[in-house]
Amino acid sequence: MLLLQIGLLTAALVVAVIVGWAREPRQYRADPPVSAALDGLRLMLNDIGGAPPEVYFAMDEPYERTAYDLSQGKRLYSWFGCPSCHGEGEGGRGPSFLDGWWLYGPSMVSIAASIRDGRPHGMPAFRDKMTIDEIWQLAGYVKSIGAYSARTTAPSRNDDRHTRPSENRAPAVKFFNEGPIPVHPEQGPSS
Amino acid sequence: MKVVAVILSIILLLSGCSGVQSALDAQGHSAIVLRDLIILIIAACVAVWIAVMVVLAWSLLRRRDPEDGNVRRSERHMTIWVSGAVAATVLIISGLTIASFRTTHDLDGTGSPELTIRVRGQQWWWQFIYEDTDPARSFQTANELHIPVGKEIRVRLESVDVIHSFWVPSLAGKLDLIPGRENVLTFRAERPGVYRGQCAEFCGLQHSHMAFFVIAEDEDSYRQWAAAQQGNGLEPSEAEAGAGKAVFMAKQCAACHTIRGTAASGTTGPDLTHVGSRGTIAAGLLENTRGSIAAWIADPQTLKPGNNMPIVPLTADELRQLAAYMESLK
Repeated sequence: MLLLQIGLLTAALVVAVIVGWAREPRQYRADPPVSAALDGLRLMLNDIGGAPPEVYFAMDEPYERTAYDLSQGKRLYSWFGCPSCHGEGEGGRGPSFLDGWWLYGPSMVSIAASIRDGRPHGMPAFRDKMTIDEIWQLAGYVKSIGAYSARTTAPSRNDDRHTRPSENRAPAVKFFNEGPIPVHPEQGPSS
Repeated sequence: MKVVAVILSIILLLSGCSGVQSALDAQGHSAIVLRDLIILIIAACVAVWIAVMVVLAWSLLRRRDPEDGNVRRSERHMTIWVSGAVAATVLIISGLTIASFRTTHDLDGTGSPELTIRVRGQQWWWQFIYEDTDPARSFQTANELHIPVGKEIRVRLESVDVIHSFWVPSLAGKLDLIPGRENVLTFRAERPGVYRGQCAEFCGLQHSHMAFFVIAEDEDSYRQWAAAQQGNGLEPSEAEAGAGKAVFMAKQCAACHTIRGTAASGTTGPDLTHVGSRGTIAAGLLENTRGSIAAWIADPQTLKPGNNMPIVPLTADELRQLAAYMESLK
């Protein structure tokens, strides 16, 4: 009996250690040199697509992988007024993030560049409003809104009414099937 | 010697009962009635405990006379004692219930509130909005609540993110701030003073650094303070602070903070229109000096990990100028 108790206790301790060990790291303070390096987006000449800075891989892509950064991105999304043009992701004056169509490609670099430098037809530059770490957090969140596949990490849930599928759910097939809603028909079918 | 040490340590512990944040150092109407109730209940319970112990000791120690076979007499005695004890119990419990009920009834205070303040709890600071029907006379501040002494104050409690709790032990009991609804608390400071308040509901990593100060002052000083707060942010008079203003507007600061009278109109962070007039920064974390402001701006994530203020890349000169500007916003 005593042996069983000791065994159970040890097992519980082992599980606790494993769970504690696996706790997702949160980085609250990006080192200033790392932040400076994050600013070095290597965009293609047409400002669409490209490669993230090396440091992003060295950091293990936290802005797409950790729930904390996604949650912060979600807060930034409302704090910096994104919903006024993009709604809760369904679009409005600005393009939708839910239709499976990315005007400048679905890569983090493109999304971060869109936020940092702005895009034609009304997307303002947030370079002077947000720090580069915040821009990456927001980009990670925006990418998760229109993700093509389900993810294991998710930001915290909405406190108010959900108007669309949660960010970590499988792609919103309903929206994908509808196809992109042309925002600027004068530019052609896709933009 | 041991006894002296014990008494000394008890005195040391009791010294924690006074000061800026103590329910036993009651300076507000609600806190005073609550303290009186607690003292009454403790006094009654101590008296009951002593009486029970005395009777117990007496019954353990009294000598039984084995020859005394008068069962009827001892049963009569027992009946009297038990009935007496039951009557006393009923009396004491109903007395305490009535006292507790009256205290609760008394907590809300009397009369209509003279001043209503909107309190918005955020991770991890307090936003105090003094609303006025005239928008030019409304203003807001952070982590510092000024109230006129002796007046009924009503606070409308809201939360922006998670559940917080508004607690100024010296003035009133605590009340939660629940996201999506509004709770209302009324209180009155009886004596002027500075009282510390603290979030009393675990709200995340920096819960313990979510403090605020209530400054209860006489009517005249309060009006003076409110009039000063209604004004726009002061134009810097020194060159250094002037340069700091330019830095503030050019960098990311202005996107989250408001300084009335300037282009800065962000609403995510605390209103900084009169930040230089406050006693502390970062919700009671640091004393408000030029040095601590600079330290805070330079590295907020080391001083208060997890808060929502990012490290904004600045040169040493820009940092110094910015701190001078913040300090000049009296």
